[in-house]
Amino acid sequence: MLPTPDTGGKLAENLLSFARLLRASGLPIGTGSILQATEAVNLVGLESRADLHACLSSVFLTRHEQQALFDQAFSLFWQNPKIIERMLGAMLPTVQTPQQQDPVSRRLSEALNTGKQPPEEAERSLEFDARFTASDQEVLQQKDFAQMSVEEIAAAKLAMQQLRLPLQEIKSRRFLVDGSGPVIDMRRTLRAAMRQSDTIPLQYKRQRTRNPALVVLCDISGSMSQYSRMFLHFMHAVTNDRDRVYSFVFGTRLSHISRHLAHRDIDVALQKTSEAVEDWSGGTRIGACLGQFNRQWSRRVLSQGGIVLLISDGLDRDEGLGLKQEMDRLSRSCRRLVWLNPLLRYEKFEPKAQGIQAMLPYVDDFVSAHSIKSFKELVEVLSKDGERRAA
Amino acid sequence: MNASAAQSLPTSIEETLELLGQHDYIAERSLATTLYLALKMQKPLFLEGEAGVGKTEIAKVLAQALGRPLIRLQCYEGLDVASAVYEWNYPRQMLEIRLAEAVGGDKTTDKAALAKNVFASEFLIERPLLQALRGSESGAPILLIDELDRTDEPFEAFLLEVLSDFQITIPEIGTIKAEQPPLVIITSNRTREIHDALKRRCLYHWVDYPDAERELAIVNRKMPGIASQLSEELVSFVQLLREEDLFKQPGIAETLDWAEALVQLDKVVLEQELIDDTLGALLKYQDDIAQIRGSEAARLLEQAKLKLAGGRVANA
Repeated sequence: MLPTPDTGGKLAENLLSFARLLRASGLPIGTGSILQATEAVNLVGLESRADLHACLSSVFLTRHEQQALFDQAFSLFWQNPKIIERMLGAMLPTVQTPQQQDPVSRRLSEALNTGKQPPEEAERSLEFDARFTASDQEVLQQKDFAQMSVEEIAAAKLAMQQLRLPLQEIKSRRFLVDGSGPVIDMRRTLRAAMRQSDTIPLQYKRQRTRNPALVVLCDISGSMSQYSRMFLHFMHAVTNDRDRVYSFVFGTRLSHISRHLAHRDIDVALQKTSEAVEDWSGGTRIGACLGQFNRQWSRRVLSQGGIVLLISDGLDRDEGLGLKQEMDRLSRSCRRLVWLNPLLRYEKFEPKAQGIQAMLPYVDDFVSAHSIKSFKELVEVLSKDGERRAA
Repeated sequence: MNASAAQSLPTSIEETLELLGQHDYIAERSLATTLYLALKMQKPLFLEGEAGVGKTEIAKVLAQALGRPLIRLQCYEGLDVASAVYEWNYPRQMLEIRLAEAVGGDKTTDKAALAKNVFASEFLIERPLLQALRGSESGAPILLIDELDRTDEPFEAFLLEVLSDFQITIPEIGTIKAEQPPLVIITSNRTREIHDALKRRCLYHWVDYPDAERELAIVNRKMPGIASQLSEELVSFVQLLREEDLFKQPGIAETLDWAEALVQLDKVVLEQELIDDTLGALLKYQDDIAQIRGSEAARLLEQAKLKLAGGRVANA
């Protein structure tokens, strides 16, 4: 079943190249975990493939999402450790299968193909990539951020950098030393008493506060395309201004982009975002995307009094299908739900679209968002926190 | 077998599985492998998974099986050193100072001596982390750090320090180091992401919902009196229910609650009306209940029975 290594040296070598393969496909593998893996494999032995799998995944993985990638790498690598030579042969027959379109295997195949081959094979691996891209079902458009005019960037950047969201902080259960605080800090008081001769000087503390989680859900569908650039600037500014910000964009699917936006440099951040997101300026399926958020993310990012900023024009390809339920669920999962709608700039705007009618009853605030000026209004609205719903 | 005496650690994956099985925990082999490694390599075990899949239970069972004391630290938002590690007993300290003054009668009381006296171990209230480092006669304890995702990042960072050295420094007393590091089991429901730095110090295992076969074995083991038709039907139903688009899928804990409820009602077969009446044991969100109750439940039940019949034919 498994190639039994004759010596420990061979096993260590195999583990090392397996770790390298994982690392190249994007898993964060440290040197420490390779040592751990060697120890663990020695304990478990090599009799059973399933045990080896369990053993290596317990050492190399740190989150559940990595499992799919790991499984594929494992089955590819441990059927024959001379994978580098065999790899191309092993992959070609599977190119036509539908699973190959999922991004995980693409990442893996790219990792396998990096610089490990003689030149003529490298050329063939290029073909792979081309075919994967072409086979994608959706009409995916790579948004070109270079089109953004220089003045536009300058103006938006400046305005967004100055933007501070005045969200009410939440009281933490931790305390902070504060001479005029309301609570006596017994520990410091007793220590101070030990130093003084005959008095007990009272020391005080107060409760710390912290930022509530802020989730930004931004619509990047075709109808929103003239605004989405500006909103990305906004999301970047907010992400780098405070902690606990989670940014998502959605069109036909939901993408989590917090990690990309966390780059300090806005150009790098936007570049990374534009590469990561595949459904720029396509259709919108608000209900489906919010459903995805509710099921996969809301419990992970909205715990402990989170606030949601939903940026969308409410024009939905699915005509509000399932939108009501998902909005209801979303509004009950967070402390406050604010809807930013660029369409509100028209004075005679009437919420006639089915999507908008489905969403409106569940939002706490409905704010216009078409210009820098309207963002300043948003600030005003947010500073009135606490009036609508108790924390 | 004397359960209270400390047992030696299992020496293979099979033994680990058996040990858990003896105490009514039917584990997947991959979980047993990770647990065995954690025991052998003295690494903390990090268990992540949906609520109600038996993450906490494994620590309880392990403590019972190994005859070690279980020390549990339930995490919550704002958990701090005073409630996780140690706290001074302030009222007693105050009394002690007052007493010293009364005896000494004047200001010449030796402050240094008093300070030493007041910050002695007898005034120290030990919280779970410190208790775990202290150890006990029956071997290193099992330290269960439950629902770590409920605390905040600063506590995580503190934990990182404790878990790498197994020592805690109390300024007034000094450093306390564990003679034998405790067996640490950390659980998380993934309501937020735990930092990689902490996870990297642990062995990671994702606890999934059990498959039909294992779930049936668990129900039969935990409810010895249950009618076999009922247990088969309810497990098959729950398995189908997990494929539905629900906000919160039922865990194994909910399956057991439901089985218990049905046994209490003296039922031996599953019917649609019965499901509708007892669905609250299984689903905990009103939306989910409304979605399943009635025709959907009937459809799932029919499907479950068909599946079971199919399985029986295949076996025959």
